[in-house]
Amino acid sequence: MTPKRKQKLFVILGLVSLTAIAVGLTLYALRANINLFFSPVQIAQGNAPIERQIRAGGMVKEGSVYRDRESLDVEFTVTDYVDDLNVYYSGILPDLFREGQGVVVVGELQADGRFRADKVLARHDENYMPPEVAQALEEAGYSPADFQAKAAKVGERLEQQGVPHASEY
Amino acid sequence: MWAFINKLRSPKWFYGISAKLQPWFWALAALLLLTGTLWGLAFAPADYQQGNSFRIIYVHVPAAFLAQSIFVSMAIAGLVFMVWKIKIADMAATVMAPLGAAMTFVALFSGAVWGVPTWGTWWMWDARLTSMLILLFLYLGVIALRGAFNSRDSGSRAASVLTMVGVINIPIIKYSVDWWYTLHQPATFTITGRAAMPMEMWAPLLIMVLGFYSFFVGLTLMRTRSEILRREANKRWVRDLIEELR
Repeated sequence: MTPKRKQKLFVILGLVSLTAIAVGLTLYALRANINLFFSPVQIAQGNAPIERQIRAGGMVKEGSVYRDRESLDVEFTVTDYVDDLNVYYSGILPDLFREGQGVVVVGELQADGRFRADKVLARHDENYMPPEVAQALEEAGYSPADFQAKAAKVGERLEQQGVPHASEY
Repeated sequence: MWAFINKLRSPKWFYGISAKLQPWFWALAALLLLTGTLWGLAFAPADYQQGNSFRIIYVHVPAAFLAQSIFVSMAIAGLVFMVWKIKIADMAATVMAPLGAAMTFVALFSGAVWGVPTWGTWWMWDARLTSMLILLFLYLGVIALRGAFNSRDSGSRAASVLTMVGVINIPIIKYSVDWWYTLHQPATFTITGRAAMPMEMWAPLLIMVLGFYSFFVGLTLMRTRSEILRREANKRWVRDLIEELR
């Protein structure tokens, strides 16, 4: 490689790494704002603002969904297996909404600690399987246990790390 | 290695070798895409939760793979062009950009169509979706920047620098789902590690991914060849070639 080419290569690599560092620092500084939602642990620790529009996310707790017979009102608990968040909502839920499924709720945290959702979005995990397999797993007592175990592990890890402090939106 | 790079200096050599390679990639692409589409749409089982809408994965994932790979290829080509002054690299980067932009659009569009039945929304400003939208703008920026100069050489250099700097977005796209809380789930299809789907769902996806890549290679060879003819139109060997065809 000629010295001139070598110099050019270093200039380019230098430029790219400097930009990478700049972008990295920016993303690091904004990390709380890039997170799409607060987890129940963060809300329980008081990191989320009250009565301002925020998003919260986690798993719909098993056996926590209560539907009103007369209206579209629904209440459920969102959990990260460390802390719980009570959510109430009035409207149509997405098809994938069910107990044990990940959700993101958009709305406002009330002063009493409950969450009034304006919108409920279902979160899908990265696992796909045919219905027969899911049924077999369920009969064997697994589904959606292995996903839950994973979520619980994440919750534990967050707890140990003291949870990154989420600033206001 | 150096011998190969030196050979790449000759557009004529590349024009010859690509003519031989090209049909193989087209044939492979046609075979894989046909097999993958039929298998994925008709024979692969439906998902236990999403039902048939999960089949969008067979277009969405390969398109998203290609969108990112093409950008990385363009950045490598840009580096080769800037440092070693190999013109073929710049020609390849030029012709790859529109396909990359199209694949990014396909990934975003199919993702939006998929998001409506599964998530309950077609768009959310989460880290994965936003960084992918930035990739689309980067592609459009590179294409526009290249055309914005009167001299082709200045345009090529500006586009190469923008591509090399923009490649920083690629790891952000890839790891966004691990670094931040996002609506988008983590990767299902990974080259390394356990696949998060059974074989009968995974195999057609692999075939589709390989098919998309073959299509990309075939199309890039074809379009680079026409770019060579366009840029070298006044060279002796191109004129001889045209004479022969007459």
